[in-house]
Amino acid sequence: MALNRILVVAEFFAGAPLAASLELLTKARQLADTVEAVTWGDDPQSVAAPLGAYGARRVYHAGELGGKLPGVPVAAAIAALVQSDGAPDAILIPTTYDGRDIAGRLSARLDRSVLTNVVDLVADDGALVSEHAIFGGTEILNARFTGPAPAIFVVRSKSFAAEEADEATTPEVIAVTPGELGAADTATITERHVEERTGPKLDEAAVVVSGGRGLGEAGRYQLIEELARLLHGAPGASRAIVDAGWVPYAYQVGQTGKTVKPTVYLAAGISGATQHMVGMKGAKHIIAINKDAEAPIFSIADLGIVGDVQKVLPKLVEALKARS
Amino acid sequence: MNIAVCVKQIPDPASPGKLDPTSHTLDRTGKLVLDPSDEYGVEMALQLVDQAGGGEVTLVSMAPHAEVSGLRTALAMGAAKAILITDDTLQGADALGTAKVLAKALGRVGADLILAATESTDGYTGTLPVQVAELLGLPSITFAKRVRTENGRVLVDRQTEAGYDEVECPLPAVVTVTAGVVEPRYPSFKGIMAAKSKPIDQLKVGDLDVPADQVGWAGAGQEIVSVAPAEARKGGEVVVDEGDGAERIVAFLEQLKVI
Ligand SMILES: Cc1cc2nc3c(=O)[nH]c(=O)nc-3n(C[C@H](O)[C@H](O)[C@H](O)COP(=O)(O)OP(=O)(O)OC[C@H]3O[C@@H](n4cnc5c(N)ncnc54)[C@H](O)[C@@H]3O)c2cc1C
Ligand SMILES: Nc1ncnc2c1ncn2[C@@H]1O[C@H](COP(=O)(O)O)[C@@H](O)[C@H]1O
Repeated sequence: MALNRILVVAEFFAGAPLAASLELLTKARQLADTVEAVTWGDDPQSVAAPLGAYGARRVYHAGELGGKLPGVPVAAAIAALVQSDGAPDAILIPTTYDGRDIAGRLSARLDRSVLTNVVDLVADDGALVSEHAIFGGTEILNARFTGPAPAIFVVRSKSFAAEEADEATTPEVIAVTPGELGAADTATITERHVEERTGPKLDEAAVVVSGGRGLGEAGRYQLIEELARLLHGAPGASRAIVDAGWVPYAYQVGQTGKTVKPTVYLAAGISGATQHMVGMKGAKHIIAINKDAEAPIFSIADLGIVGDVQKVLPKLVEALKARS
Repeated sequence: MNIAVCVKQIPDPASPGKLDPTSHTLDRTGKLVLDPSDEYGVEMALQLVDQAGGGEVTLVSMAPHAEVSGLRTALAMGAAKAILITDDTLQGADALGTAKVLAKALGRVGADLILAATESTDGYTGTLPVQVAELLGLPSITFAKRVRTENGRVLVDRQTEAGYDEVECPLPAVVTVTAGVVEPRYPSFKGIMAAKSKPIDQLKVGDLDVPADQVGWAGAGQEIVSVAPAEARKGGEVVVDEGDGAERIVAFLEQLKVI
C-alpha cells in the first residue's frame, strides 16, 4: 500500500539541488502518491524546474534566510506547514550539515522522534520501515515510528539512485514564512570559505582513491591525489589521517564520513576497520594495497596487492602517466 | 564564563558492541567510559574558561545504573562538578526523550555556553544537541572546528561540504564540536586525585519535572523491528607484490574499462 504524501527537504548548493536530495525525491516517488519538496535560499523561480524533473508536485520555499543558518527557520517553516496543511506521512531529510540541524530542530518542535543514518526505506502496511547499518555495517537494523505522523527520517547519501521522473511536473512554488523565531534564530554566517577543488565530488565520483595511515606521512598523500587525478576520480581518506590533520574532514570515508559507491574504490595503506568499510563496501569493484596480508580490507577486495604503498603507488602513477 | 558540557558515558568502544537480544537496544550493562568524542568538548570548555579568565565547567550526563566512571575522567581533566541523571524509567529513551531530560538539567545549570559532540560514538544519531537547543529556545552552531567567545558572543568556524563558514551568535548558545577541534589533555595524577572529591549531583526524572510518559520506553516514538546480520561481501584475488603490483592494478582497471 502506497503512502499518501511525503515531504522531501531539498538542499541546493551553487544553484543546483544536491544529489542527496534528488535521491530522496526519487525514492519518495516510489513510496507515495504525492511528493512535495521544501527548500530555501535560492531564487524561488529557479528551484521549481530541477525539483519538478524529479517529480515534486509542490515546492515550499522558506525564504532567502539572510545569512542565517537554515536549521531553525526551515524547521519552523515545515512545522508551520504541518500546522496548516496537516502532517505528511513522512519527511525525508538528507544527511548533510544543515539537514541534521533541520531534523533535530523539527523533531523537538513537532515533538516527534527522528530516525537517523537511514540507508533504506520500505513501505510496510501503510507505514515506512527504515534500515540502518550498525556495528560498522556487519548488522542490519530495521526500525519504525510508533507515534503519529510525520515520521522524520534522516537518510545517508547514496542510499538510493537519483532518477528523473518519466514526466516532469511544473510544481507550484509556495512561500512559507515561519513567523517570529526569537533568540533561537540568531546564528548568522558572516563569511564563507570555499576550498577550490577540481575533479568530481567524493560521493559522486566513478573512481575513488583513498589513503590511510599506511602512507606513513602527510606528504605522501600527494600520490593519492595524483592517482585520483589520473583516473578522473576523487581522493578520499580513512579517519586516521583526517584526525592526524593530513587532509580535511570532507575527505573522510566511513561511518562518520561519506558513503561512496564508485565503480572502483582503491584503498592504499588502509587496514579496513568496520567503520571505514561501511562507507565503501557498496563500491562495484575494490582494489586494496596493504603490506599486511592479514589486513581485513583484503576480505572484501576484488584485487588485493600485498605490498608496500611506497613502491606500488609511484609505479602506478608512472604507468598511468605513460598512458595518458 | 560558565560552560556546561554534555558528556555521554558509553560501553568501551574498543570492545565490539552488543545488542540486548530481547529489547534490541545497545547493551550498556558493563562498565561505561567517557565517550572519546566528548573529550573534545571537555577540553574546549576548559580552554574557553581559561581564556575568559574565570568561571567553571559543569558536566551533564544521563546514564544507566548511576555510572560515574566517565564523569570522573572528565572531572580529572579539570571540570568542576557534574550532574548525573540516572533512573530506571529512562531505559529505552530515544534521542528526543534524552534531550528533554538533559534540557531540564541544563536549564538548572544556566550556563553561558553548552558544548556537546557532533555525534556520539555508540549511537551517532547526531541530533541530540540541536534538540536540546530547540527545547531551551537557544541558537545552535553545529560542526565547529574552531570556537572563540568575545563580548557575549560565540564565534565558530563551522565545517561545510565545500570548506567552512564563519558563524556567530549571542550567548547563551549550544555548540557542537568535531573530533580534532582541540587536543584533549590527559588527566594528571593530581587531577585524578582531585576528581574523587568533586561533587556529582545525582538526579531522578522526578526531580526534573519531565512528564514520566515522555521518557524511556513510554516516551520513545520509535521501535526496533528486527536485527539481522548483513550480507557479507566476498573477497577476490590477493597477490603478493613481486614488483608487478602496479601492472596488475593497471590490467584490472583495463579489464573494467576504467582506463
Ligand atoms: C565511532 C567510530 C567511528 C569511526 N568512523 C570512521 C570513519 O568514518 N572512517 C574511517 O576510516 N574510520 C573510522 N573510524 C576509525 C576506524 O576504526 C580506524 O581506526 C581507521 O579507519 C583506521 O585508519 P587506517 O586504516 O588508515 O589506519 P590503520 O588501522 O592504522 O591501518 C594502517 C594500515 O596500513 C598498513 N600499512 C602500513 N604501512 C604500509 C605500507 N608501507 N604499505 C602498505 N600498507 C601499509 C598497515 O598494515 C595497516 O593495515 C571510526 C572509529 C570509531 C570508534
Ligand atoms: N546520555 C547523554 N548524556 C549526556 N550527553 C549526551 C547523551 N547522549 C548524547 N549526548 C551528547 O550529544 C552528543 C550527540 O549525541 P547523539 O545524538 O547520540 O549522536 C553526544 O556526543 C554528547 O555530547
